[in-house]
Amino acid sequence: MFSASDLRKGLKILIDQEPHIIVDFEFSKPGKGQALYRCKLKNMITGSQFSNTYRSNDKFEKADLEERTMQFLYNQGDEYHFMDTSNYEQLFLTGEQLGDNVNYLMDNMEVQVLFFGTRPIDISLPIFVELSVTQADPWARGDTSGTDTKPVTVETGYQLQVPPFVVEGDKIQIDTRTGAYVTRVKE
Amino acid sequence: MLTAEGLQFRAALFHLVRSFFSKRGFLEVDTPIRQPVVLPEANIVPLRAGNWFLQTSPEQCMKRLLAAGCENIFQICPCFRAEERGSRHLEEFTMLEWYRVASDYLELMSDCERLLRFVLNSLLEIGSGQPIVVDSCIAKMVIEQPWERLSVAEAFSRYASCSVAEALDQDRFDEVIAIEIEPRLGRGRPTFLFDYPARCASLARLKNDDPGLAERFELYIEGMELANGFSELTDAAEQRKRFAEELVKNEQSRKQAGGVMPERFLAELEKLGRAAGIAFGLDRLLMLLMSADSIDEVVSFSPSDWD
Repeated sequence: MFSASDLRKGLKILIDQEPHIIVDFEFSKPGKGQALYRCKLKNMITGSQFSNTYRSNDKFEKADLEERTMQFLYNQGDEYHFMDTSNYEQLFLTGEQLGDNVNYLMDNMEVQVLFFGTRPIDISLPIFVELSVTQADPWARGDTSGTDTKPVTVETGYQLQVPPFVVEGDKIQIDTRTGAYVTRVKE
Repeated sequence: MLTAEGLQFRAALFHLVRSFFSKRGFLEVDTPIRQPVVLPEANIVPLRAGNWFLQTSPEQCMKRLLAAGCENIFQICPCFRAEERGSRHLEEFTMLEWYRVASDYLELMSDCERLLRFVLNSLLEIGSGQPIVVDSCIAKMVIEQPWERLSVAEAFSRYASCSVAEALDQDRFDEVIAIEIEPRLGRGRPTFLFDYPARCASLARLKNDDPGLAERFELYIEGMELANGFSELTDAAEQRKRFAEELVKNEQSRKQAGGVMPERFLAELEKLGRAAGIAFGLDRLLMLLMSADSIDEVVSFSPSDWD
């Protein structure tokens, strides 16, 4: 059990039997008044957000969450299949559950799958992934658009902006938190 | 951790505050931080120090000094309140507290205006070429704008989704103040929010012409609460009754504070003449002057400096 004074950004609690993460938190206490714990919460299953204000006496149950290391196998349409390499157990998550993470999933990649009880609800990726560029147009010299980046496509099909010197076949590092190019990887 | 420049700025502010009060004949006092009994307040939880407590404010000692015959007094001291932590709260913070004899809350409001104008004018004078320059918007509004005096009832009708009575009935008074009203106060000019419902002021005198209201005010600048002042309740029997009410309101606070009546304080309260006192958060004032987003940025060491 958590009490209101445990509330803070990043804490995961159970509300209406579903896991929620506190994405924004503010403590306030107007002059000699009650302590107020103002939270913006995100439902970790549906992604929907809402705000609520709690009081000192409120109590919260801990969300039963567990992370397991699993390997990404393949996707079949919208189903993304993963395997626990210790016991060969397989499961899938949908593209909707994975969101932008599908942009960085490579066969055999190790990811952390988040379980709520026995139910997989999300994955977390390494912060940086390395992906090969499968399509890059040569940078048009004299481009007057004023930008110093160009679009490329990587092996997962994800498109992003990179510096002009990146060519087809290069391996590049991408920040999975932002989806942005980080650097070209020397082979 | 505060930089050398920050420490200098903080010291300059403290120095100016002291000289403001000294010039006006206030006596600077220093009272014990550790005390065997706290004044019961439902929403303030003290920290324990052995079998005693760390002060949540110097109010108890300073009023006893008044009762013992002291006239106008002030103090700058650390105060401690358990479980208060946020961008504007530290469990240990610095309070400026002053008391005026033969006076009331209106005079304290004028004190606030005079104090902040003196501090800001002085900081602006020594300011050029200093590593830390006072936030110019704050300086301008404090020095040049007329300060607003807004009653709690008027603030509710102007900014809130319900009346004071409705908020009190639903036990939402603090919530409405914090969420709907506070962010709107002190914008463009400092605001005094005054005349609180009687039940929100356990140590304040009630108004003669309206016993439903207490002579209490808060000062706000840029949506931030800076100070809480009131005309002192000096009727010991009435004070005992209010303490008893506070004691039953909050179990956690009562447990932490031992649930004891401050008998010595109550006995001496009878000797206290007409007086008014105010608690002013100096760390918060520094936040405003230095444009800091968090109270951690204006103290020498915050909890995160120990990680």
